[in-house]
Amino acid sequence: MERRRSLPDVLAGGIFVLIGGAFVVGSLGYELGTPLRMGPGAFPLLVGATVAALGLAIVIKGLVAGEVVSFGPIPWRAVAVIVLAVMFFGFTVRGLGFVPTSAVTALLTTLASSRVRPLTAVAVAAGLTVAATLIFVVGLQLRIPLWGPWLGF
Amino acid sequence: MDLLDNLALGFSTAFLVQNVVYCFVGVLLGTAVGVLPGIGPTATVAMLLPITFNFEPVTALIMLAGIYYGAQYGGSTTAILINLPGESSAAVTALDGHEMARRGRAGAALATAAVGSFIAGTVATVALAVAAPPLARVALTFGPAEYFSLVLLGLIVSITLARGSALKALAMIALGVLLGTVGQDIYTGTPRFVFDQRELYGGIDFVSVAVGMFGVAEILRNLEKEQTRTAVVSKVRNLWPTREDRRRIVGPILRGTGLGAALGVLPGGGHVLASFTSYAVEKRVSKRPQEFGHGAIEGVAGPESANNAAAQTSFIPLLTLGLPAHPVMALMVGAFIVHGITPGPNVITDEPALFWGLIASMWIGNVLLVMLNLPLIGIWVRMLRIPYQVLFPMIILFAAIGTYSLGFNAYDVYAIAFFGILGYVLIKCGCEPAPLLLGFVLGPLLEENLRRALIISRGDPSVFLTRPISAVLLALAVAALVVAVLPTIRRRRETMFTEED
Repeated sequence: MERRRSLPDVLAGGIFVLIGGAFVVGSLGYELGTPLRMGPGAFPLLVGATVAALGLAIVIKGLVAGEVVSFGPIPWRAVAVIVLAVMFFGFTVRGLGFVPTSAVTALLTTLASSRVRPLTAVAVAAGLTVAATLIFVVGLQLRIPLWGPWLGF
Repeated sequence: MDLLDNLALGFSTAFLVQNVVYCFVGVLLGTAVGVLPGIGPTATVAMLLPITFNFEPVTALIMLAGIYYGAQYGGSTTAILINLPGESSAAVTALDGHEMARRGRAGAALATAAVGSFIAGTVATVALAVAAPPLARVALTFGPAEYFSLVLLGLIVSITLARGSALKALAMIALGVLLGTVGQDIYTGTPRFVFDQRELYGGIDFVSVAVGMFGVAEILRNLEKEQTRTAVVSKVRNLWPTREDRRRIVGPILRGTGLGAALGVLPGGGHVLASFTSYAVEKRVSKRPQEFGHGAIEGVAGPESANNAAAQTSFIPLLTLGLPAHPVMALMVGAFIVHGITPGPNVITDEPALFWGLIASMWIGNVLLVMLNLPLIGIWVRMLRIPYQVLFPMIILFAAIGTYSLGFNAYDVYAIAFFGILGYVLIKCGCEPAPLLLGFVLGPLLEENLRRALIISRGDPSVFLTRPISAVLLALAVAALVVAVLPTIRRRRETMFTEED
């Protein structure tokens, strides 16, 4: 494998440093305790520092002799649409109820593919909503109201 | 004859109607997700986990286990027919299996894979039944210091088996452990890293992490370059191998079974390692190594047996030590806990019907798989025609519903999106998600046992080195770390895994 400066390595290392560092800062706010009786902050501090240190090592290695990983294109549309769809589900399922939330989530998700035709999207969303209702609410007796209070029921 | 009594108890449990039915549902679903590229068993088990909460514990575990080894089976079907391994361990099968299919011998390849898997599954199930009780007895003498060292060893070994840079795998494990600390502290009840959100007090749900990292991230990968899937499927004729074939596959099946059963116990992907190793061994011992890669039936029989044997024996660490060897096992730990059972050495004595029933069900599952796979091959192949544009909205929607139904907590659903994006970026940077997931599940165990061991030793950290079993386990962990970082072995690992791509 060819080794040279690698942007993905630096990015991955950066993420580790960032998350590890955030946890270290956070854990300093909790009681650290003594080795005999470790407080809630001690273990996260230790592991957070480890993550940050490993991240730093990955960054340095990425600058000197990184792994060549082909990063490839990012499907921005899919990323945005799927995040939106999942957030929508979490936010509205209690208020709108199972059926409308599932339908909108499914419809949004189908739009993640750049090749989808509007009619197909509606058909897929309708089919999935019916299937999900049958499987989860009718079959598995999931206790989520089909239509929620926001709709005046 | 303790073993026979135990197996009798197991079979009487596993043959209960609802258990056979859900075993069937499990292997059916498993085969389906094994066939379909883009959904793996981890995401499937994660989505179905909430559903199984209403079942009897043994029924739930039988079904989840069925999905896991069913997927190993299904993956080989597509590997042979269209050179598209549905599961990573089936990648080796594609080398010679698809070549056989191109020469019009798809039937023989499929039958060899099925027979090999069945024999391996049977032998490995017996191995599991024989090996698990003594191991559990040893594990019962473990104190917190031994458990801490054992968990650490398990985590470190999982790097050596993940593809790519050992440094990144190590960082992923540590990140998983770190994320596992979110939520209330077990000893003091202090909420940690919850940003004053009451919904986070219970911690991040494991299912959200698994669905995000393995489901959403995988979908985003697949949507990078959309192409219509062209399934040029070879016609399947002459299912039964010829006499010559039968003679040639006996050795590879037996060797593959032995290798797989031994390697399957390793955490982090023993079944992938087992099939690669078996292929290498068969190529070496064969009198006709030049045939490998050009449709050698040994190249199907060996790896397929190894892979299936490993899938069964990877239950050994789970059932005896409570340590998951695979992300799916990690989800099963969650299933055990939801049903009020702590996975570990106590399961054999406290829940004998569950323990032996699960083992017996694996053999039944293997019989069901042979019956499902050979006659119904046409149906599985037709499933490949389901367009991805239908498949991925289904995964996302069902994942959202499934995680929400865990605790009717919207944060579990938001977490899918978060971990999907995090997983996607990290995977794109060459970090594998499996070590993170293992770290996430084992992290709380690591912390609990570390703190408990230090309380018992009155704050003296040398306890981990002065207790002999703990010291040996730590020495093994250091050895595993050295092996993972050592360049020669890393190079060999790279060549092994580049064959996969």
